[in-house]
Amino acid sequence: MSTSRDAILAAIRSKTLEPTPLPTLEQDWIRFDDPIAQFGSVLEFVGGKCVRCESLAAVQETLDTVVECQTAVVRCSTVSGVGRPTLSIDDIDDPHSLDTVDFAVLRGQFAVAENGAVWVTDAGLRHRVPFFLSQHLALIVPSSEVVPNMHEAFQRLTFKDRGFGCFISGPSKTADIEQSLVIGAHGPRSHIVFLVDSIDA
Amino acid sequence: MDHAVAAAKFVANDQRAHWHDQALWFVRQKRDRMANSLPEWETLRDTASAIKAYTVTHLAELLEQFEENATQLGATVHWARNAAEHNEIVHGLLHDHGVKKLVKSKSMLTEECHLNPFLERHGIEVTDTDLGEWLVQLRREPPSHIVMPAIHIKKEEVGELFHNILGTDEGATDPTYLAEAARHALRQKFLEADAGLTGVNFAIAETGGFVVCTNEGNADLGVSLPKLHIASMGIEKLIPQAAHLGVFLRLLARSATGQPITTYSSHFHGPRPGGELHIVLVDNGRSDLLGSDQFRRSLSCIRCGACMNTCPVYRRSGGHTYGTTVPGPIGSILAPARDAKAHHTLPYACSLCGSCTDVCPVKIDLHHQLLSWRKEIGVRGLVPFTKRFSMGIASRVFQHPAIYRMSGWFARKLVPKLPRFLIYNRLNTWGRQRELPDFPKQSFREQYKRRQKK
Ligand code: SF4
Repeated sequence: MSTSRDAILAAIRSKTLEPTPLPTLEQDWIRFDDPIAQFGSVLEFVGGKCVRCESLAAVQETLDTVVECQTAVVRCSTVSGVGRPTLSIDDIDDPHSLDTVDFAVLRGQFAVAENGAVWVTDAGLRHRVPFFLSQHLALIVPSSEVVPNMHEAFQRLTFKDRGFGCFISGPSKTADIEQSLVIGAHGPRSHIVFLVDSIDA
Repeated sequence: MDHAVAAAKFVANDQRAHWHDQALWFVRQKRDRMANSLPEWETLRDTASAIKAYTVTHLAELLEQFEENATQLGATVHWARNAAEHNEIVHGLLHDHGVKKLVKSKSMLTEECHLNPFLERHGIEVTDTDLGEWLVQLRREPPSHIVMPAIHIKKEEVGELFHNILGTDEGATDPTYLAEAARHALRQKFLEADAGLTGVNFAIAETGGFVVCTNEGNADLGVSLPKLHIASMGIEKLIPQAAHLGVFLRLLARSATGQPITTYSSHFHGPRPGGELHIVLVDNGRSDLLGSDQFRRSLSCIRCGACMNTCPVYRRSGGHTYGTTVPGPIGSILAPARDAKAHHTLPYACSLCGSCTDVCPVKIDLHHQLLSWRKEIGVRGLVPFTKRFSMGIASRVFQHPAIYRMSGWFARKLVPKLPRFLIYNRLNTWGRQRELPDFPKQSFREQYKRRQKK
């Protein structure tokens, strides 16, 4: 194994190339007068939905009117007081059994206005598969945490430790059959982001 | 494979060729809308191009840095000089873990290495889980596009395929209905898999992590359930810092499909608790390309497919006519680098319009490289006889003014009187789909002389 490693590195080093410098990332990147509105309209464009709420109680009120949530048999949530969970992710040993989850309410760290994405991580979660395997997904994000663009998004991310993180922008989708957009490819069929003003209330 | 010969078959079905052309042009237009919506688009391209140039000129250090950091995070890093070594490593891992069923997310590298047939020979069931890639896998054909592998397939054909394999209604063509059937079948595959394999869009030297982008969520489903995750990547997929992802994630999906970002951009740093993560770094000709001043920049490619969507030749001839894993403009540069003899017609599958260079998010000088390849193919004596013969004559004619004038006279006075078979024959490949224009009565020189006399 080490021989292939050495051979590849030697092959690369045998080509003497003029080193070029790294460019600056300090540029006049796009910003928005109303990042929350921008986030909402891009999210809608990619098939998701954005709802702004004052409190978690208001989130629950909205969820009670969402058909996918009302009719869900199996629900899980990592946000206390929201989602009326019927099972707890942390009680599950084998992630395969999360296949039954109809509606998941999970936390997102922050949102990105330019592309409707929410950054989620598996920190503190026993399984990360509910983000992808659940039939429907709702993400709870503090409304104060909306950054304008991806450059500012990465200023927040250091990746110092082991872990998983993902930008999710809208529901799972495919256009592989004649370029016709189909929402709900393998993963969530619907995707709601709640931007909440006061999350501890 | 001769591209022109293969393309002739494709264009013989005029309606279908037109449909293919339109489908891709639609994607190109979506890309344009996205690019135009960002005032900093050109700054982004310049920045991306510079980051990749840095990567290419510091590749050995960055690879070592990546290996060290990835190892620290608990991943195991493997090195493969070529496709065979890559396949052996992957099979070894699957064998050690007793894996019978593997789910894969889209990875052009594993296509390049022909991993699927290799694993199948060893009794492992491989399922490509990107819907487009699954379609071509079920049809036992290679992808025809690197981002939209099934862009050449019609919904009627998907309907028939699924009717035979999944038992969907006969004659069904509704994409929503068909995708739903695929969803059920593939979710079952995810639940049954013993291991997941993903490609890598970007690997970060500074952190030892990597990013995989999908719209379906199939990469995440594939590696969040089983304990073993294998990630295969070409050594050029590296970027120096995590902050650089901001640039590339902004460019990739906008260029590829006209989305602001892919639905899922997953960042993996080390294995998940209780799991194993193996990263296979593959050279397979890349370090050779590094040594070429003319073609080095093709290593910057982020596989967005934009050059294919815009290419007038690709759109009208289809991906399979290239006979390579990566078709289109970038494929026509990469393939001859691997085997110039086998792929010498590809640099000619190009009108030199330069549209690919205009859309490329990392500013690869694609059409210049294609032109360079034509020279290179000439130097290596790989130009076919008819072309060499006619070019030889043309060169003689242009070097001697007297012969040039005489040929002009012949063309004007004699050619219009010649019988068709003498002009349009096997040697005149140009004349196969084209008619000569009407020749003027007088040459420019004759007209000029007359004007001077007045
Ligand atoms: S060469 Fe450029 S446009 Fe073509 S696939 Fe690569 S990055 Fe995209």
